[in-house]
Amino acid sequence: MISGQLKNSFLFRKKKILPYLLVSPYLAFVLVFVLFPVFFCLFLTFHKWNIIAPMHFIGTGNYTRLFHDRLFWKAIGNTLKFLLLHIPLQLMVSLFLAQLLSLQIKGVSFFRASFFLPVIVSGVVITIIWQQLFGYDTGMFNRMLMSIGLSKAGWLVNPDIAIYSIAIMATWKNLGLYVILFLVGLQTVPMQYYEAAKLEGASAWQRFYHITLPMINPTIFMVVVLSTIGGFSLFIEPYIMTGGGPLNQTLSAVLYIYKQAFQYYNMGYSATLGFFYAIMIMTVVVLQKKFIEKEE
Amino acid sequence: MTQRASFVNIMVYVVLTIAALSFIYPFIWMMGAAFAPMHEIAKMVVWPSHPGWGNFKSLVQKIPIVHSLLISLLVASFTTFLVLISGSTVGYALAKMRFKGRQLIFYVIVFTMSLPFQITLIPNYITMVNFHLVDSFLALVVPFAVSAFAILMFRQAFQGLPQALIDAARMDGCNEMGIIFRVLWPNIKPTLITVAILSFIGSWNEVLWPLIVIRNEQLMTMPQLVTLFAVGGRADSQLGVKIAAAVLLALPVMIAFLFFQKHFINSMASTGLKD
Repeated sequence: MISGQLKNSFLFRKKKILPYLLVSPYLAFVLVFVLFPVFFCLFLTFHKWNIIAPMHFIGTGNYTRLFHDRLFWKAIGNTLKFLLLHIPLQLMVSLFLAQLLSLQIKGVSFFRASFFLPVIVSGVVITIIWQQLFGYDTGMFNRMLMSIGLSKAGWLVNPDIAIYSIAIMATWKNLGLYVILFLVGLQTVPMQYYEAAKLEGASAWQRFYHITLPMINPTIFMVVVLSTIGGFSLFIEPYIMTGGGPLNQTLSAVLYIYKQAFQYYNMGYSATLGFFYAIMIMTVVVLQKKFIEKEE
Repeated sequence: MTQRASFVNIMVYVVLTIAALSFIYPFIWMMGAAFAPMHEIAKMVVWPSHPGWGNFKSLVQKIPIVHSLLISLLVASFTTFLVLISGSTVGYALAKMRFKGRQLIFYVIVFTMSLPFQITLIPNYITMVNFHLVDSFLALVVPFAVSAFAILMFRQAFQGLPQALIDAARMDGCNEMGIIFRVLWPNIKPTLITVAILSFIGSWNEVLWPLIVIRNEQLMTMPQLVTLFAVGGRADSQLGVKIAAAVLLALPVMIAFLFFQKHFINSMASTGLKD
């Protein structure tokens, strides 16, 4: 009787404690690798620190420096230029290819797989390959331009276009993923809608504009957000291809943050850039969400 | 079928085939170039006239590429293992148990998922310095051992399983770990495959973090080593060697993709669809 009660209360307590035991490793992880870093990052933004010498409190010095740092704003500008080409191109081409694939054709799985290949392969590999395709003298693109009688383009050496070249490559790399997302999205549009519209005499373009586009709005939002976040994380492509050049025209924000921390050892300043940049990204994503919801 | 419809149909195939070629050609060229002597690479032909292993031979002499392949395999396998364990235990608690703070933990997960990594990058590096983990195997694994996305995937999968399954196992005297790994896991194979593929590929392709925490060549992951080789000027005069390195880096993932194509595509698509 007594032992039964004991056992019961033991089981009861075990049942109460158990979920906390299961989630505690996760909470410890979040504390160490997410929550502490966020506050520590904020703390660092008020300090000058090269990681070896003691920290120096400098008030809002890092923020003043950030707002006057031409190179940082250039890096932000480059990243925005990148997005300006990357997002519309990504949306249009992947939606176009997904539309073609949804026409009940043969060999869908072959086409899907080939579009998908660059998605899973390391960006390092893609960058090394495209560096050759973009080559000035022997690259494939310039050979193609010459063969149709045009002059060579300085894909990676012309400061005005280098960032757009990288945007084209990044679009090519991620396209397959977005084709799949759009394919799934297109399947959610009921066929009856199209048939009814056809009976009413709507053209293919009208059906696309008035039925397809509104119905796949959630997918469009997702693609915009995913490619925005991906674009804001641009790092390895310019790191390998151009090192940020020519004339810092392909310096991305993450590459600049990396350089400030691990080339110049400005930990406090680099943390300030990271903090500011993260808040900027979150703001952009929220604004995109607002904008697209309004469109609905 | 009318004449116009069949014309449109042909055009669709033509466009799709051109698109598919533009995605495959660069990889085929890469394979060929890796076996080509220097003067032939520049010609951008698909297959060299005198293929040879020369590029791979000099690659192996220049950098510890095979060693880095093993490091990458170890890091990716170990990370995947930990993500599966941590994801399913936390996912199980969230899906099948009622306790105070459950909702809060759910919010924490969503918060961590929407937080850009740029904010935690520098502080996490400093944490590694303070724990004396710079240049260690653990530095490559521990920060990726838990995935918020994996937790949500497991939570959803467990929610779809009947409570009776768990109750029956408990009656048989099975403890909670036994319930998760021996009773529930066999019932959620698609989720296991998805999470495993995503964390393995994610870990395999990660390059920014290794660049930050590893300086010892003997501990470098494959993408890191290839990156440093490609930018370091060591490969400037030998394009073929650089491309051979890219081939070795791409090959394991491409072979896996060949066999598990459908799983790969479904897994990657679910990253976007689970929002």
